[in-house]
Amino acid sequence: MTAAQPAITAGATGVVFRRELGAYLRSPMGYIVAATVLLLDGLLFYAQALGPSAGERLSGQVLAGFFYNASGLTAIAAVALSIRLVAEERQTGTQLLLDTSPVRDWEIVLGKFLSALAFLTAINLATLYMPLLILVNGKVSLAHVLTGYLGLTLIGGAVLAVGLFASALTRHQLVAAATASLVTGTLFLLWPLSRIVGPPVSWVFAALAIHGRHFAGFQSGLFHLRDVAYYVALTYFFLYAATKIMEAKRWE
Amino acid sequence: MEHPPARRQRPANPMVQLDGVTKYYGPKRALGPVSFEIEKGDAVGFLGLNGVGKTTLLRILACGLRPSSGTVRIGGLDVLRDPHEVRKRVGYLPETPPVYGDMTVGDYLAFAGRIKGMSQEAVARRVPEVEEYARVAEVHDVLTRNLSQGYRQRVGVAQAIIHDPELLILDEPTHDLDPVQIMEMRGMIRELKDSHTILISSHILPEISETCDRLLVLNDGEIVASGTEAELGEGLLRSRRLSVTVRTPAQQPADGSPGTTPEAAIRAVPGVTRVEPAPATRRRSEPQAVTYHVEGDADLRAAVCRALVEAGHDVVALARAERELERVFVGLVGGVEA
Repeated sequence: MTAAQPAITAGATGVVFRRELGAYLRSPMGYIVAATVLLLDGLLFYAQALGPSAGERLSGQVLAGFFYNASGLTAIAAVALSIRLVAEERQTGTQLLLDTSPVRDWEIVLGKFLSALAFLTAINLATLYMPLLILVNGKVSLAHVLTGYLGLTLIGGAVLAVGLFASALTRHQLVAAATASLVTGTLFLLWPLSRIVGPPVSWVFAALAIHGRHFAGFQSGLFHLRDVAYYVALTYFFLYAATKIMEAKRWE
Repeated sequence: MEHPPARRQRPANPMVQLDGVTKYYGPKRALGPVSFEIEKGDAVGFLGLNGVGKTTLLRILACGLRPSSGTVRIGGLDVLRDPHEVRKRVGYLPETPPVYGDMTVGDYLAFAGRIKGMSQEAVARRVPEVEEYARVAEVHDVLTRNLSQGYRQRVGVAQAIIHDPELLILDEPTHDLDPVQIMEMRGMIRELKDSHTILISSHILPEISETCDRLLVLNDGEIVASGTEAELGEGLLRSRRLSVTVRTPAQQPADGSPGTTPEAAIRAVPGVTRVEPAPATRRRSEPQAVTYHVEGDADLRAAVCRALVEAGHDVVALARAERELERVFVGLVGGVEA
């Protein structure tokens, strides 16, 4: 047998990324999530922009409403897309291939995260015709549209990281879904809770809430670096936690 | 039971070195302490019933499980210190082939090669080679979820050898295969022996006795015997074994002598090396009957029978223990007395 000497490359993240993205494109689940999100986005957009109850609204308000609705749907889609990422591998036994290959856990986590983020972003970009309809028929700035989509990507990424973390904890996708929903739900609920409790707890809740203060800027077309920093930090935290769990479980 | 000598001479060029390796799951011991060395180029079979620690041991060697204590070296590298380097040198086929059902065989093998650190070009060259080698070229474009168990297992072997590892670890490679597939798999393993150090586990003796140079027999997490097939057989079967069931009459002999116990009578036979009563073998129908296991250096059936009868005992049953290696194995792992 002729030996093919392995030439070591630094592309493990890219290899995992391509496999996982391919898995979304080959599985019905990816299309079901995409179709559901696009359908609901479309219905909600119709209801508030074109429907009988639309009323007299400024174009900017309609666009902000679109991003508000899309952010919730993006979060739900992110949970649905991310729970399989590690749990499924453990369930089918393919995790053993990764565990016994010369690939580092952070490379696996990053590759999986980026693939889910790419797929989620593609779904979100498929809604682009809705803001463009407003852009054509009303008066909104392109910057508002771009900022809104940046916000959707950031909040989607943060929830994907939560989902990936939950998926790394277990081999059961249902358990991962419950964990991811619980953590994401709590992060969402912190905003309304911050309005009920008094300071200083309310400040902490508002600062930690995944929606509310941090998404309001993106929704309205306002770019604040602190909001970007919040989502990046949240994403990093959960990806780091997921990596640590993968490292611990790799040897179990 | 005496086991054949487990120690071989220290290998000059060890590929695998284990020293005092144990694995505990909570308080439960799954493996060890286990110590052995395997020379480069050897094909070694781990033999043992299900649940004795074979998979645990192989996963430790494949860097997929951390030992609770002890040291493991693969190619001179400590698996805990350099797991990344060790993984580059090891190909591992778990009991269930780790194939992605949504990928075609070709894509899957390319992915396996890339994840094991091969370049795109090397993978492009290597995939057709291993497909040819593992005889899966004809299913190159088939989704792995649509493959038969035999093909899946061969694809599993192909992914394990794609990066041409120095050490190949195959956990029950003929698991769930039909007889024809088993023969094909054995042929493939024989060919792989030429270029790899191979570790194979099985609970079926012929499967590995035909393909391996050396066997390690595991029982209850420990290696209870080691050696070539011939050494194992020789060590255990050097002595002829038989079991004899004896009924002692209630009345004393007519001459008034105290009488010889069956055990003493057997022991007095020239050539007998060991006699021991089998535990709890009294027959319900014959409560006086006792079975003895006898070992000697020749076929002693006639002599033992004569000695017992002369001592005034009735021989109810006499059987020579079977010699097949299967029985040796069963005896080694303590299931049934060989």
